[in-house]
Amino acid sequence: MSKVYIALQDNDESRYIIEAIEQDNPDATVIHHPAMIRIENENSLVVKRETVEEKMGRDWDVQELHLNLITLGGNVDEDDDQLSLSWNV
Amino acid sequence: MSAKKLNLKDKYRLLTRDLDWEYSYVDRKKAFPYEEFEGIKITDWSKWEDPFRLTMDAYWKYQAEKEKKLYAIFDAFAQNNGHLNVTDARYVNAIKIFLTGVSPLEYQAYQGYAHVGRQFGGAGARVACQMQSIDELRHVQTQIHAMSHYNKYFDGFQDWTHMHDRVWYLSVPKSFFDDARSAGPFEFLIAISFSFEYVLTNLLFVPFMSGAAHNGDMATCTFGFSAQSDEARHMTLGLEIIKFLLEQHEDNVPIVQKWIDKWFWRGTRLLSIVAMMMDYMLPNKVMSWKEAWEVYFEEAGGALFKDLARYGIRMPKFVEVTEKEKEHVSHQAWWIFYNYGHAAGFHTWIPSDEELDWLSEKYPDTFDKYYRPRWELAKKMEAEGKRFYSQALPQLCTTCQIPMGFTKMDDPTQIAYRSSDYEGEKYHFCSDGCKHIFDEEPEKYVQSWLPVHQIYQGNCGGASVEEVLRDYYKLNLGADNLDIKGSPDEQRWKEWKGVA
Repeated sequence: MSKVYIALQDNDESRYIIEAIEQDNPDATVIHHPAMIRIENENSLVVKRETVEEKMGRDWDVQELHLNLITLGGNVDEDDDQLSLSWNV
Repeated sequence: MSAKKLNLKDKYRLLTRDLDWEYSYVDRKKAFPYEEFEGIKITDWSKWEDPFRLTMDAYWKYQAEKEKKLYAIFDAFAQNNGHLNVTDARYVNAIKIFLTGVSPLEYQAYQGYAHVGRQFGGAGARVACQMQSIDELRHVQTQIHAMSHYNKYFDGFQDWTHMHDRVWYLSVPKSFFDDARSAGPFEFLIAISFSFEYVLTNLLFVPFMSGAAHNGDMATCTFGFSAQSDEARHMTLGLEIIKFLLEQHEDNVPIVQKWIDKWFWRGTRLLSIVAMMMDYMLPNKVMSWKEAWEVYFEEAGGALFKDLARYGIRMPKFVEVTEKEKEHVSHQAWWIFYNYGHAAGFHTWIPSDEELDWLSEKYPDTFDKYYRPRWELAKKMEAEGKRFYSQALPQLCTTCQIPMGFTKMDDPTQIAYRSSDYEGEKYHFCSDGCKHIFDEEPEKYVQSWLPVHQIYQGNCGGASVEEVLRDYYKLNLGADNLDIKGSPDEQRWKEWKGVA
């Protein structure tokens, strides 16, 4: 088993994104560091536009994730509806 | 009916790959003269895909937004005298190393990606390199702006480009990038996009920047994370590049493996400076270097190399050595600088008792046994008025250019000394990793500009060390160098804080 991870700046926008990730990836682990939040999960993790929009109460483009992104690990696949991270196992 | 908005995949296809054209009157080999000499075989450039599918229009939009956020923070930092909010004046010395050692690498990366971005036959790769090139230019600019505030209040920031080109320990990062940029375009990508960005930069930008926040340095944390938001894209590109090369032709596999071996080791040596910054230079600690190495290399890198195993790629050569080195490198590197604090462009110090206890706790197997006694001795000598600075110039490793102070990892009381003979001359190395790199390309590394050799050959001015430091490096002696204790930096800090 390999972990994928994503880290976001600890700010007001990320708070909603993290809530969305937690909802869509119930097994994910959220770790708080100074000024950043890291989420990791076994094998795969998904950020869904629909869930983030619901949490934020506004339209949200998946590419807006770049504004608060610090780092990630795993193979990336992004389209209009989601960003996913995965390892091939 | 209005036209339907393009989805991300179609937009990427139209605005990236479809911008390319066929060459009718120019020989393709003449248009891309560097594409074949490294032995890499590309059969179909259209298989190159950016998984973020970022197009130039979206790129400018999001980058502009990042810049606006960042500069608002710089303004606030300057207007609120942010330099007074850092944990203590010692911390700022880590930032001096950053400006003189790391920011110029961002500029080298900008030049490197601008160059290779011209040399690839595929439009997807060219656009990705163009974006990364502009990113890197943004990084060096924002770093200069952020740190210009510190230059108003602290010594050691005044002549960083001059220092980068000349000062002995800065030849370590400088030669790393010179090595990558003087390689072919595919090796450059494996060196910087994959080995450095994907496997190793997290160790510089993630725990260290979180550490900057933890030490009250809002400006550095913010430029660090803003840069890192681009790095996340660069990392993803690094992974795509390697998969692309491995899928294009099986003959690429051994070439790529050789580059991974070389650049992983080059990178770990470069990061020994970051190791010491994390363990010794942050007054408020986030995690130890060893912990950072375990999370960001052993765990994340382990997952990565498991994923790449299906292409026949294995873990980098000498990875087993790094498992032992994580217990030692930060301590050995800071000890080197403590010994040569008179010749450095930043201040050195003995860790406080509290910090020594933290190091003992974080390094239970090595610190008390090998390193704590040295600091106790240094403390005793300092108390007796016998602060010791090494006067002899150190022998440097021909490959990484770090003074030969690293030990054998199975016997940390003995310096690891390696050498090779080439055309009647002897060359010296700090490790099997650095010797191996030399032995693979001796004709490249015999040309290394080694600072100590250059001083002894009379190419760095004056006959004495003091003259070299003052006239050739342009250090303000007595202000930029020596211990923080008794320095003008410390004196000003105490005045600002109202302590005697």
